[in-house]
Amino acid sequence: MATQHSRTAARVMMAPAVILLLGWMLVPLCMTLYFSFKKYLPLRGGDLGWAGFDNYVRFVTSSAFWPSVQATLIIVGGVLIITVVLGIVLALLLDQPMWGQGIVRILVIAPFFVMPTVSALVWKNMFMDPVNGLFAHLWQFFGFAPIEWLSQASLQSIILIVAWQWLPFATLILLTAVQSLDGEQLEAAEMDGAPPVSRFISIILPHLARAVTVVVLIQTIFLLSIFAEIFVTTQGSFGTRTLTYLIYQRVLESQNVGLGSAGGIYAVILANIVAIFLMRIVGKNLDK
Amino acid sequence: MRLGQVLGSVSVLAMFATGSALAQTTVTIATVNNGDMIRMQGLSDEFTAAHPDINLEWVTLEENVLRQRVTQDIASKGGQFDVMTIGTYEVPIWGKLGWLVSLNDLPDAWDADDLLPAIRSGLTVDGELYAAPFYGESSMVMYRTDLMEKAGLEMPEAPTWDFIREAAAAMTDEANGIYGICMRGKAGWGENMAFLTAMANSFGARWFDEDWTPQFDSEEWKSTLDFYMDLMKNSGPPGASTNGFNENLSLFQQGKCGMWIDATVAASFVTNPDDSTVADKVGFALAPDNGLGKRGNWLWAWSLGIPAGSDATDAAKTFVAWATSKDYTALVADKEGWANVPPGTRTSLYENQQYLDAAPFAKMTLDSINSADPSAPTIDPVPYTGIQFVAIPEFAGIATQVGQEMSAALAGQQTVEEALEKAQNITAEEMEAAGY
Repeated sequence: MATQHSRTAARVMMAPAVILLLGWMLVPLCMTLYFSFKKYLPLRGGDLGWAGFDNYVRFVTSSAFWPSVQATLIIVGGVLIITVVLGIVLALLLDQPMWGQGIVRILVIAPFFVMPTVSALVWKNMFMDPVNGLFAHLWQFFGFAPIEWLSQASLQSIILIVAWQWLPFATLILLTAVQSLDGEQLEAAEMDGAPPVSRFISIILPHLARAVTVVVLIQTIFLLSIFAEIFVTTQGSFGTRTLTYLIYQRVLESQNVGLGSAGGIYAVILANIVAIFLMRIVGKNLDK
Repeated sequence: MRLGQVLGSVSVLAMFATGSALAQTTVTIATVNNGDMIRMQGLSDEFTAAHPDINLEWVTLEENVLRQRVTQDIASKGGQFDVMTIGTYEVPIWGKLGWLVSLNDLPDAWDADDLLPAIRSGLTVDGELYAAPFYGESSMVMYRTDLMEKAGLEMPEAPTWDFIREAAAAMTDEANGIYGICMRGKAGWGENMAFLTAMANSFGARWFDEDWTPQFDSEEWKSTLDFYMDLMKNSGPPGASTNGFNENLSLFQQGKCGMWIDATVAASFVTNPDDSTVADKVGFALAPDNGLGKRGNWLWAWSLGIPAGSDATDAAKTFVAWATSKDYTALVADKEGWANVPPGTRTSLYENQQYLDAAPFAKMTLDSINSADPSAPTIDPVPYTGIQFVAIPEFAGIATQVGQEMSAALAGQQTVEEALEKAQNITAEEMEAAGY
């Protein structure tokens, strides 16, 4: 049992780490908050005084705001659906005994180790290019006109690229869950005559609920700030400007630090809303 | 006694070492990762050999990253760099803000009067030269001579837009993957908007009237975009709305473009047999016009400027004068051949027969540069300088957003009218916020 003395000692010893972590998060957050109330235009002479809530009002009333929130949510939602559904399918397949299982698993996981910029470049130039890309050649082989992926199906293309990158993560987590499934339960259900679909819905899926929750929570946090794939492929054109990308444009391209900072605060609020929503709805699974 | 002597010599040596280390000035240079700059970096040993008291440190970055890094550094007075590679967009703005050191006092041997007038005027603010041009460029038509001949047409030295449309249609052979015209469609102030702004000038359009009111609701902009969309849809490659300079360069080098209207520096890439499959079949012409008195060509110069906060101004000036001198040009010619010297900055280069013999595109480059006047870019008067850009700090941000609307129209996601209406609103909103 911890004594008063040992508890104090523990607090003292943990203090540097806690202070460092708090500073790590709080300093940028406080600076963003500070600049969001400033009229700060580096190319117009820097700090031009306080702006009150002007930046906040301008950011939300700009015609680019709601489309960017919408694009963010579509990309996050799309990637989550694809990675969870395909992740479950791949996890079940990879769980089957097969020849060369180790190599197959490594190959499935490999995309996760490719840097986002590199994978976006590869997809853009080698697969989706309407003149030289692999897809264009395939389409032409079957007598169809090539699809201009990044302009005609821009959001879908980005979802595809990002989902390809995150699928291994989902698969890995779900595979671990599948492997922890009690085989006897499944065997008993099979002997009772339950068809495969029923076994999947009644036994496997509920068992995977916690793993799915983990996948959804972790991926959502990372996907809300998706940037590199958009920067490399469409530069925010064709309706692919997410909230993060809009903030980048405001701060770095328009050189309006105040306006961008206000956007940053909105992004923090949005991320928290999404996180609370997720914790309430799906996070309950974690308590089971 | 001997120990004393040894200690004495050691301390003298140490004093020398510290002395020489103190005397050495470090010049940190931020530059862009294109071929000419990389070459300069490779040749900089020649400079340090002649100036042992100056130590050069290089920060080489990709174009967009460079722009952001140097802008952040100079705006926040970070003082990271002593020499910055900047373009004709930054120089007038930064010069006016007093952020750059005047280069009017470079040595006489540097010969400021030898600079091409258009380039010099693009880098001068109120009589002060604020950056030294490293290489300069305009834009022009590059075309396939064999396809032009096959189409039964002859490219005039100064074509009109109507001729370009006719030739593009005649050269297009989609079944064989040949498209009559390649032009920029990728969104960005330095991508499609550089091209479209220069093109709009030749159609009589302008970004702002003299009261800084945006002009996208004008008939001239509509006819510019109608023409551009029509030309690209009928004779352009698929996916043109994501094609920028590099994508079009690659298409042209593969022989997939009949014509390509873009930067004059591309001429040396498309005529280089190591990279281009059509190297011996390329002709050049001035950028097109509409008979209104302005051609659709731009003006740009990658230049070296010294930020006002630099603590090594004199050493930086020595370096800038070396890198942009006639001697440097001769050095590159000596080591790498005349075709590889940085083009487009000095009159003397275009009077040099050796260069003219080595570079078949030299005359057209010079004519294109000379026909561009950044101080009077449009037919109707405007309150701004710059041909393919408007030299105000807000332009990069505004034009990138406008470029996205143009790109979406090219991709067929909206009409020209919708794109222009959005462009007008975006520009008006941003200009109002900037206090115009």
